[in-house]
Amino acid sequence: MMELFEHLSLGFSVAFTLENLSYAFLGCLLGTLIGVLPGIGPVPTIAMLLPLTYVLPPTAGLIMLAGIYYGSQYGGSTTAILVALPGETSAVVTVLDGHQMAKNGRAGAALSIAALGSFFAGCFATILLAAFAPPLAEVAFKFGPAEYFSLMCLGLIGAVVLASGSLPKAVCMIILGLLLGMVGTDVNSGVARFDFGIPELQDGIDFAVVAMGVFGLAEIMNNLAQKENRVDITDKLGSLYPNKQEFKEAAPAVLRGTMLGSALGILPGGGAVLSSFASYTLEKKISKNPERFGKGHPAGLAGPESANNAAAQTSFIPLLTLGIPGNAVMALMVGAMTIHNIQPGPQVMSSHPELFWGLIVSMWIGNLMLVVLNLPLVGLWVKLLKVPYRVLFPAILLFCTIGVYSLNYNAFDIYVMGIFGIIGYIWTKLKCEGAPLLLGLVLGPMMEENFRRALLLSRGDFLTFVERPLSLTLLLMALGLVILVALPSIRKKREATFVEED
Amino acid sequence: MHIKNQQDFWSGLMFIALGVGFALFSTSYDMGTPARMGPGYFPFWLGVVLALLGGIVTINSLRGEEGEDHHIGKFDFDILALIIGSIVVFGVMLDNLGLYISLVILVIFSSLASHEFSLKIAIGNAIFLVIFTWLAFVRGLGLIFPLWPVPIAEWPTYAMIIIPVSIIIGVIILISKLKGSK
Repeated sequence: MMELFEHLSLGFSVAFTLENLSYAFLGCLLGTLIGVLPGIGPVPTIAMLLPLTYVLPPTAGLIMLAGIYYGSQYGGSTTAILVALPGETSAVVTVLDGHQMAKNGRAGAALSIAALGSFFAGCFATILLAAFAPPLAEVAFKFGPAEYFSLMCLGLIGAVVLASGSLPKAVCMIILGLLLGMVGTDVNSGVARFDFGIPELQDGIDFAVVAMGVFGLAEIMNNLAQKENRVDITDKLGSLYPNKQEFKEAAPAVLRGTMLGSALGILPGGGAVLSSFASYTLEKKISKNPERFGKGHPAGLAGPESANNAAAQTSFIPLLTLGIPGNAVMALMVGAMTIHNIQPGPQVMSSHPELFWGLIVSMWIGNLMLVVLNLPLVGLWVKLLKVPYRVLFPAILLFCTIGVYSLNYNAFDIYVMGIFGIIGYIWTKLKCEGAPLLLGLVLGPMMEENFRRALLLSRGDFLTFVERPLSLTLLLMALGLVILVALPSIRKKREATFVEED
Repeated sequence: MHIKNQQDFWSGLMFIALGVGFALFSTSYDMGTPARMGPGYFPFWLGVVLALLGGIVTINSLRGEEGEDHHIGKFDFDILALIIGSIVVFGVMLDNLGLYISLVILVIFSSLASHEFSLKIAIGNAIFLVIFTWLAFVRGLGLIFPLWPVPIAEWPTYAMIIIPVSIIIGVIILISKLKGSK
């Protein structure tokens, strides 16, 4: 317990420097701004802004990225409430009751409930993160290469089991990502692989380039194909203060949502989407009058909002302790850390304590900033919603290209992004998801490294993966997840969830 | 034999092709032994697994129920060509024409992909973005871009061909769009 305070005070001393405070603020502001703008989600946002953080010191860069992440989450729910346009998938549930409340003239109250619920969830999850990260990292130190390989298998399988449509296709996308991660110079032998004689490819394909192509460009092209649909925006916000009854109904839902979200967020791939759906289902099930859900019940808004924010926060746990990203956003964070020469994993806590604890504390500060930022500035966000897409998308294109170019100051990266834009567009037509690919791409080199080392240590004996108890447990868990999904009853439920999402 | 799920069928074929491709390509590198793996070992087996899983996806697509949403949506080649084209051309122009001119061309040409194109708005947007880029990226973050045009004599040959040709194509599309909207 004492240690926890020591760590947190270190974190506060780092996070409360003027520099880091302003980067956290900038991150939150940018994140909210882009989260509010229609048609661009957190993954392309972070990919787009990622190169810009390379010029910052590592701690400041990560603090800003984290700020962008939860900022865009917040912004997404604002649009969900006001115009029934979820900025991203985890805000889909927010539309159900949040937008209904806005229609009933309680838009202001709905925004406050969402903001305060998220803030509470964020605080709780941050403390959880601070308390659980060190013991988990302890466990990770016992891991050898075989365990790491198995853990990555579990992480990758878990990510797709919980978070995507067709399982075999998602696994294929992971493997394709792993293969793309092989492009470039092989660390062990120095041989340039799959480079087609192009010198630029010897450094590998940058994940930010792939992310911007597959998420950013493909998204733009899909949005453009649909005719711009005008939205009517609720101008009347009503009182920002929830009334007594709303407060009474929302408070317990916030608590439950926080618990549920924190637990699900730790699971790979669980993250924000699953937890908001789970929380909505839970609230509806235990409510005394479930017929009020979908008609503006505060609990139907407060639960999922708290859940997805808690999950967004706790999904940093596997990243910071084990170095395994649980979703596409975390994969981008891994990339950002590697660029700053920080190998994500349990050693971060001991080798860069200021970064680790500074980041955690800044998450809490960021959450506070968001409440302060979001409620008074709501009027401004509403105005932003009126920016038409035809003005917006050339700007997004420009920022993507400038971001990609600034990675290496080489136009070659722009061409690669263009190619992945085309591929990404085809994939959206084939319903092949980009997120698993990104995870594979980031983990590819790490996975091969550990696979090779494990077999080197066992002198080529493949049984090493199942003979070591820890490794076996991890692999069995992965297998269990696959079997679980294949069970008919769960499969149906899962499909139903994803249908609702579309 | 009847394809029940078009999306999965073609995805499966794509995975098979990519898997086989990567596996074959890998054989040109040293495979090594499991204890001392060469650079070809890991990608070779990944490619094999990808091809096998792709096969499963393909076979599965032939069974099951036929659904409305399993058809492949229409490709919008105009949008694809305009967006990707303007980005690629931007890449070529950046090193030769400098950031500001390339930026204006990128913004105007890509705006053509919108269903509601308006030249006035596109130009206004371009001017705004030039100022924004200068403030945020050039002054603010200090990114090093080639800002101004290089004399044409110093352009590489491909740029001498691509830049004028793409500008002509862009202007033709622009004019036809303007005429079409009247």
